[in-house]
Amino acid sequence: MALQDICNFQSVFEDSLTTEYPAVPHGKKIASNYVSGLPFSNNKSLFHFYIPVAEYLDESPIQFGQISTVQNCSADSSEDPFLTSSTLPTCLPFASSQSVPLPFPMAHGTTTLAFMFQGGVLAAADTRSSCSGLVACPASQKILPIHSHLVGLTSGTSADCALWKRILARELRLYQLRHGRRLSTSGAAKLLSHMLHPFKGTELCVAATLCGWDGGETGPGSRGETTKNQMTDLFYVCSDGTRLRGMLFSVGSGSPYAYSILDQGVHWGLTVDEAKSIAREAVYRATYRDAYSGNCVDMYHITSKGWTRRNREDLKEEYYREKERRKHEKTERRDVTFSD
Amino acid sequence: MEYLIGIQGPDFVLVAADNVAASSIIQMKHDYDKMFKLSEKILLLCVGEAGDTVQFAEYIQKNVQLYKMRNGYELSPAAAANFTRKNLADYLRSRTPYHVNLLLAGYDDTDGPGLYYMDYLSSLAKAPFAAHGYGLNKRFILNLPSFTVRLIDKEGIHDLEKLTLGTK
Repeated sequence: MALQDICNFQSVFEDSLTTEYPAVPHGKKIASNYVSGLPFSNNKSLFHFYIPVAEYLDESPIQFGQISTVQNCSADSSEDPFLTSSTLPTCLPFASSQSVPLPFPMAHGTTTLAFMFQGGVLAAADTRSSCSGLVACPASQKILPIHSHLVGLTSGTSADCALWKRILARELRLYQLRHGRRLSTSGAAKLLSHMLHPFKGTELCVAATLCGWDGGETGPGSRGETTKNQMTDLFYVCSDGTRLRGMLFSVGSGSPYAYSILDQGVHWGLTVDEAKSIAREAVYRATYRDAYSGNCVDMYHITSKGWTRRNREDLKEEYYREKERRKHEKTERRDVTFSD
Repeated sequence: MEYLIGIQGPDFVLVAADNVAASSIIQMKHDYDKMFKLSEKILLLCVGEAGDTVQFAEYIQKNVQLYKMRNGYELSPAAAANFTRKNLADYLRSRTPYHVNLLLAGYDDTDGPGLYYMDYLSSLAKAPFAAHGYGLNKRFILNLPSFTVRLIDKEGIHDLEKLTLGTK
């Protein structure tokens, strides 16, 4: 019943013969579709798509899966794209219209990190997709290239992230075709932030880190602070509206562990190999302690020549190597004390 | 927890804001600037909910600049403050209220310095000194590490030295 109200399906079949439609948001365009009885048949024009999402936006977000004060609805639904759709009709909240914070803020089950250094930008992420307590996919890809010089790391709901990355890639390509130059990373971040703004307060959960290199093509950049004459840029964009530029970001449930490694090791003068080993160590430590991060580590390096991808490395090997090392050290220590 | 403070003097306004951009308990950035320059002599300091602050402040900023482009002269601080309050009030009872707390500081060539306090329920008060947040240093459970400080007088906006108060 509730779903019918949202999708206006009931009215489609009842009022299919009348042209007047009291609650139509877009006026005549949609009425013409409804007259024919099927929302998907648009014999009038090629450009009138039936996009259900658009109508939901005209209604209050309260009716579209708003995060509610009812805790059990939103508690464990942040990582599973499968269960959120089924919880929509049951938890239509009639609470306040302001967005209520999630009870467990670090609910993005992942570890992603990115930092800038003299050799470009390095991005690393684990590959585990979790779904309310079980590993849905041990080999997912959380670092998605958007174009040759821009890479995005995703955290939050996997489906939302994949969709919004594609939308962003499409919009950037359109910009490039229309204006003849590539949009800078700052512009891409702002575009993504503005596109996500209407969904604020709904259950959409996307926390993306955009790492890119802005070449000479992007035209005279209005960049106040030149990051040591380098054209790389790093932005964190979140679906709650945050948009931050920085030198080092880590997102996800494993981010506190990753931050602990990164905060003590990362500085501007790292060599590429040192940076790669720090990133790898940070992801490894996060997967060691965080239940929702694990399996393998992906690493991307962005420079003026574009992004290069390192082979996916299974952290299981690293775990066993470390165990061997510890065992070896323990036996050595024991031998030393005996020989004293 | 974010902090803003403003003090109006005889011919200047001094404002300071903390530099932390936090996401729940993690500090994502510790050199984040919360002040938005509306015009040569008006600053808007904005704290509150994550995306709302930047969206709202940039909206006000662009509208003030648009006014200048259309009419050839700038809005006075009092006018800018009232415009901001009106926008907050309009959105308050809509589907998308902006949860932001603001301080607007400016220098008017005829009226002198002015400091305006606004909060998320769109109240507006012109005050000689005003603050948002908890500014305690030793007693608060979280210490804010550093503050950006700026001064507005008849010559415009000046950046002062960044205050880094550690655990004193």
